[in-house]
Amino acid sequence: MSAQSAQWIATARLLRRMGFGASGSQIDAATAMGPATYIDQALASEPDRDPGAASTPMPQFAAPESPPGRKATTAARRQYNQQLNQQMSELSDWWLSRMAAVQQPVHEKLTLLWHNHFATSARKVRVAGWMAAQNQKLRTLKLGDFHTLAYAMLTDAAMLRWLDGQLNSAKAANENLAREFMELFALGHGNGYTEADVRNGARALTGWRIRRDGQTFVVPIRHDTGSKTLLGTTTDLDAAGFCDTVLAQPNSARFVAGRLWQQLASDTPPSDQTLDRLVGAYGPHRDLRTLTKAVLTDDEFTNNPAAVVNAPVEWLIGVIRTLQVPIDTPDRLKTISAALKILGQQPFYPPDVGGWPRGQVWLSTASAGVRMQAADKLATGGDLSRVEQASPGDRVDAVGYLIGVGGWSDRTAAALKPLVGAPAQLVAAAVNTPEYLTS
Amino acid sequence: MPEINRRKFLLASAGVGAAGLLSGTVAVTWPELRRAAIERPLAEGSGVLVVVTLYGGNDGINTVIPYGDNAYHDARPELAYAPVDVLHLDDQLGLNPACKGLAQLWKDQRLAIVRGVSYPQPDHSHFRSMDIWQTASPVEPVRTGWIGRWLDATGDDPLRALNIGAVLPPMAVGEKHTAAALSSRANMTSPARLAATMTALGADDPHDTPAMAAVCAAYRATASTEKTFSSLGTRRAVAGGKGNALATQLDMVAKCVKAAVPTRVYLAQLGGFDTHADERSTQQRLLQTLDDALSWFLREMATDKYGKNLVVLAYSEFGRRVRANASQGTDHGTAGPVFVASRPVKGGFYGDEPSLTDLDDGDLKPTSDFRDIYHTLLSHTIGTDPTPSVGAGRRDLAFV
Repeated sequence: MSAQSAQWIATARLLRRMGFGASGSQIDAATAMGPATYIDQALASEPDRDPGAASTPMPQFAAPESPPGRKATTAARRQYNQQLNQQMSELSDWWLSRMAAVQQPVHEKLTLLWHNHFATSARKVRVAGWMAAQNQKLRTLKLGDFHTLAYAMLTDAAMLRWLDGQLNSAKAANENLAREFMELFALGHGNGYTEADVRNGARALTGWRIRRDGQTFVVPIRHDTGSKTLLGTTTDLDAAGFCDTVLAQPNSARFVAGRLWQQLASDTPPSDQTLDRLVGAYGPHRDLRTLTKAVLTDDEFTNNPAAVVNAPVEWLIGVIRTLQVPIDTPDRLKTISAALKILGQQPFYPPDVGGWPRGQVWLSTASAGVRMQAADKLATGGDLSRVEQASPGDRVDAVGYLIGVGGWSDRTAAALKPLVGAPAQLVAAAVNTPEYLTS
Repeated sequence: MPEINRRKFLLASAGVGAAGLLSGTVAVTWPELRRAAIERPLAEGSGVLVVVTLYGGNDGINTVIPYGDNAYHDARPELAYAPVDVLHLDDQLGLNPACKGLAQLWKDQRLAIVRGVSYPQPDHSHFRSMDIWQTASPVEPVRTGWIGRWLDATGDDPLRALNIGAVLPPMAVGEKHTAAALSSRANMTSPARLAATMTALGADDPHDTPAMAAVCAAYRATASTEKTFSSLGTRRAVAGGKGNALATQLDMVAKCVKAAVPTRVYLAQLGGFDTHADERSTQQRLLQTLDDALSWFLREMATDKYGKNLVVLAYSEFGRRVRANASQGTDHGTAGPVFVASRPVKGGFYGDEPSLTDLDDGDLKPTSDFRDIYHTLLSHTIGTDPTPSVGAGRRDLAFV
């Protein structure tokens, strides 16, 4: 039972994948424009000129004091930890507020996806300034060439701390960063590298250190200058050479394109033909802008709606945005981050270097209750006038328009109908329907 | 966060498709389990298997410590435990100081330690190696887990295997059947006034995509699962202490076993073992968690008429490199020790201790195949034909 045209429904899905939820009026505008134009305009938009971004500037953090030494008092340790936690909490609140505030959400969405790709957790990094700097690199480089992005991440303070890069020295290499860079960031498991490549790659990455202000640099005496054989090439490799060599592998492009596909388009991998097209768009310049556009315009994406189970951040920020729930109070921010913690997706805190899971694992029996409770709370704080002003008989369609669902299944329409007398409950239920939880 | 770890591995698992896992999961409630226990109770003295998965790659060399071998101290000068700190098992090997409960089980001859366990051509990826252990298929990815194939081969009762936690690990998934799931998350139930809506949203619709159908399936499972916790009362602190993630899970298992729930295999897990840097304190804390939880749980079970033939298996996806790196940690390695413990277990060492000097490119050479452990447990504890799970031609290690 569709209230909207097929084109409107397809556009709604596109907007949801490119952002966090979408309202009926946003979808009307994008439908009039046509999907190709909308994608171009969104990707070309200047993130810093977005009024929502201007009103939510990234907090600046002074370099942390030196960590308390072994002889420090318990009170000094506690104070140091409190300062770190306080700064991270400020940074986390900032990003959630930013995601909710921007007019064009695609930049925040892509930053989140690349944060997931280069998954780094503040649980171990702890220094908010470093996490903020990494976030800034992701948002600046996410539509550039993958090589620049990958090298920036390989030498990033938060990444080095996260994967023990600053402890990796010529004396005895630490393989953590080299292995995960090849397996999870740039090449993919089983895509042609060996254990010897991991070890030699680790040697190429030796010597990096982090200054307290987040600058990273190589200490020559800690760097292994010996000859290393990596993926068939033998030279005195350093981090730049390591990055070049890994990205030059033919499997790298397929891996990067497939990963972005599975974040943007579908919970399942692309067909071979689609992957060929995506790799073609990525091209010799490893162009992330053309790759992103290729994913969003591919027939395999367009013809397979509701192929993704929305991740908790997509879902929760989507509800906040479409209902225009103000989140500028500490109380409400607390509710939101608590819900995201239980649902299992806190920005800046991916569970491990593989990033967040995807797919129906988000739908555990435990999370259903949390989502319903969070929606119930948020709906009472949101703008429901569109539903309230509709006559009870039109409210099921009105709530669909409000949250950007163009047509309800018979099952869902029947489930929502008993709630038309209670707009807040109707909205809370509507954002928990299979139609809204998938895209 | 342990539950997140399992989700992660579930997804990374190449063989097990994302579709259908949750929709195939049978969520059960405590009242249902009790009803099952009354209608078809576990026979007294039945063999029951509890599988504890340690995610992250536990450093086996600092768990079962070759303290008598100079090569150990030479390879890890800053990471090695001094002989005096180790809980001696014999004049060569000893347990990590955190494993006092396990050391007592060893003295009581109730702890079997299988040494040097891995599989041919060990993989150093967390994600692939865990997949291999859980599917018992080292050569090629397959869609089913070793417990799942046992379920497929032995009938219809969904309660034969029970996962603690709402998301199933790959080992619990078969072609036709999966383990049931009991959620370990306590609070945050949905508002009562929306309960009817959730039930209504649980109905399938012919126009649902697979992702939408999964939402509906989750709602069907949720309605019943939420009732579980108040009656189970799992939030009280158990002997392992408040915040012991494994003890909380094993407490749920203990309640089920004592109530004669007809489940033969339980699945629990503990994460965080990926210790590339500053390993000693992290690993010791985790082993303490494991030791506290296991010793308490096994004491409870040893005297219970339904639990007296229960056996615990604890394993990790790989051990770690012999030589420490420069950051007081160890990189991904190969073989590691596996623990099998409880009253019916014949304590002692099984399999040879891998050499610390005759290495394969810095890694231990495996001496035991994990599929032999599964073979032994399936044959004796579960009393079933192990072939569907581990294939033919495996060896009986006779530790139980």
